[in-house]
Amino acid sequence: MRHTITITVENEFGVLSRVVGLFSGRGFNIDSLSVAETMEPAISRMTIVTRGDDQIIEQIIKQLNKLVNVIKVIDLDEGEYIDREMILVKMNANEKNKPELLRLTEIFRGKIVDVTPATYTIELTGDDGKIKAALELFQPLGIREITRTGKVAMQRGSGNNG
Amino acid sequence: MKLTGAEILIECLKREGVETIFGYPGGVVLNVYDVLYNSDLKHVLVRHEQAAVHAADGYARATGRVGVALVTSGPGATNTVTGLATAYMDSVPMVVISGQVPTGLIGNDAFQEADIVGITRPCTKHNFLVKDVKDLARIMREAFYLAATGRPGPVLVDLPKDVVVNSTKFEYPESVSLVGYNPTIEGHTGQIKKALKAILAAKKPVIYAGGGVVLSDASEEMTEFARKLKIPVTMTLMGLGGFPGSDDLSLGMLGMHGTYRANLAVTECDLLIALGARFDDRVTGKVDEFAPRAKVIHVDIDPTSISKNVKVDIPIVGDLKAVLTRALDMLKEEDLSTRDKDLAPWEAEINEWKARHMLGYEQSDEVIKPQYVVEMLHEVTGGDCIISTEVGQNQMWAAQFFELDKPRCWLTSGGLGTMGYGFPAAIGAQVAFPDKVIIDIAGDGSIQMNSQELATVVQYKLPVKIAILNNRFLGMVRQWQELFYGKRYSHTVMDNAPDFVKLAEAYGALGLRAEKPSEVVDVIKKALAHDGPVVMDFIVDREEGVYPMVPAGAAISKMLLA
Repeated sequence: MRHTITITVENEFGVLSRVVGLFSGRGFNIDSLSVAETMEPAISRMTIVTRGDDQIIEQIIKQLNKLVNVIKVIDLDEGEYIDREMILVKMNANEKNKPELLRLTEIFRGKIVDVTPATYTIELTGDDGKIKAALELFQPLGIREITRTGKVAMQRGSGNNG
Repeated sequence: MKLTGAEILIECLKREGVETIFGYPGGVVLNVYDVLYNSDLKHVLVRHEQAAVHAADGYARATGRVGVALVTSGPGATNTVTGLATAYMDSVPMVVISGQVPTGLIGNDAFQEADIVGITRPCTKHNFLVKDVKDLARIMREAFYLAATGRPGPVLVDLPKDVVVNSTKFEYPESVSLVGYNPTIEGHTGQIKKALKAILAAKKPVIYAGGGVVLSDASEEMTEFARKLKIPVTMTLMGLGGFPGSDDLSLGMLGMHGTYRANLAVTECDLLIALGARFDDRVTGKVDEFAPRAKVIHVDIDPTSISKNVKVDIPIVGDLKAVLTRALDMLKEEDLSTRDKDLAPWEAEINEWKARHMLGYEQSDEVIKPQYVVEMLHEVTGGDCIISTEVGQNQMWAAQFFELDKPRCWLTSGGLGTMGYGFPAAIGAQVAFPDKVIIDIAGDGSIQMNSQELATVVQYKLPVKIAILNNRFLGMVRQWQELFYGKRYSHTVMDNAPDFVKLAEAYGALGLRAEKPSEVVDVIKKALAHDGPVVMDFIVDREEGVYPMVPAGAAISKMLLA
């Protein structure tokens, strides 16, 4: 089962490699990872999407907690959470597909952020389901290249992730 | 007053109560060695950096204090990796200080540069690269704190040359503040209560004691606990000495080369009480058939050890000593007068297994049996010594036939299984206890992995005794080839070993040899009487095997007995 884990870490040299090294060294999967500073420059937040049965997820959480630079670990799937990912999609654009590209971009509330005579680059944000649906519909129109941020996530309500 | 990084380093070691460090100098640590030149800190010069780390490890296991090693950058640092991994697997408190090229050159492929922080990240509890001399004192404080607290382990501190050269005001922090590190010491009261309830209700309980008993200095508490409740105790390789081997409740070691009664008791028990153990595959064999009828209680300071390999019913996270002290306290209110009677059938069942099969071997008049050598080492010393081992058959025979009654008298590489560990570990123990008898039980293969340290023991007049069980084979691998590979002894024949007596003499140590069983005791007595390092070369039965043996992946109840 897929789990979204948010990890608060000390913003120190080498911390990312400690976290990533833990996953690779113990054979855990990383489906996506995003990391950046929080409001507090000394602290960073990572969002990792991983997979495994309950026992593996339990081990992942415990092993992460064991890292000295890790301050807090939350398995967001234990409660309600919001998650978003942003993608940039560079589409082949021609006279035939341009109206459909514009229409789909509007439907998915995306933005065209770069235009050349032969390409449109579209920015899209959404949860897993929306991104997947959008990509399915853009696919037949000629995707040249995509890049994704990986998921960022946060608990719903007034709960604080740390 | 301002001090240089090198001076701060040595000052920090003193503040931590360090008396001895094991090391090997080199380019980028010259400034540190220059400070050591007229320091009262004792430095033991080894002949290979791996030995420095194993010696610090042996020192730590024997004393319970943090062992310290000091090496240079590049190859000096990479030579510590095996020692760090050994200590990490067995949770040994240690601080290794490595030199590094100047900060400005890091990443430039400078001379003797290695990314040792990157290399050792997965085999240390934590590691640090010190980038500014101002951080040095704080980091040293944190390094020692991390090494010694919680589940102990090795910590590496990488010191670039400019950091040891630069100066700053020295202030040793009084306390440590690590936001992400807060080990649980006291066990959860409700869980302890629950565990005691299960223990009092069990008809066939077994304590499965691991290295955590020794690490948390809980062997007194555990012994009292087991005796009070009449619970038989089996120990892992790392737990040996944590409970008196001579006690009636002792089942001996369990697992791949465990005793018949220990493995059957675990298989048949209705309650398994795991204390500071981690359900290693050499212990469990086939996991599904490990303690299949038992409810499992697991006390461990490291939450990741709990329910990692085996599902635990009653987990207790905490320091074993603290948890057992609390449990003993709670037991005061219980009526234990009927325990003897209640557990008599279980005791009888275990005694039946004991009668059916005991550890043993067939004595011979012609050829020395390795087990006999181990037994005689015990007899002649009266068991009053510290044993270190190498890895392989020598290690298993030592574990089976040298009955240990006290903790911290057993230095062996359990998790990593590092050949070449025993001799340098013995050096570390001997430095800590100059007057104690320290014996390395070795094989002819293992001893050749760090035999250069004979120079160290001679130089420092360390009277370490090495007992080589010489079968001219890599014996354990040969045994597997015999049993599982149709006796195809591929590259396990060690016919070209040196003459170990001459080797000892070449270094200025005493060399002795026994070729017949009748010579064994005499050689041991001579070795013990000699005031200096001795190599005893016992020419033993070449194809003797270690039994019982559980084939890899089989249930531990399925033992080959001979």
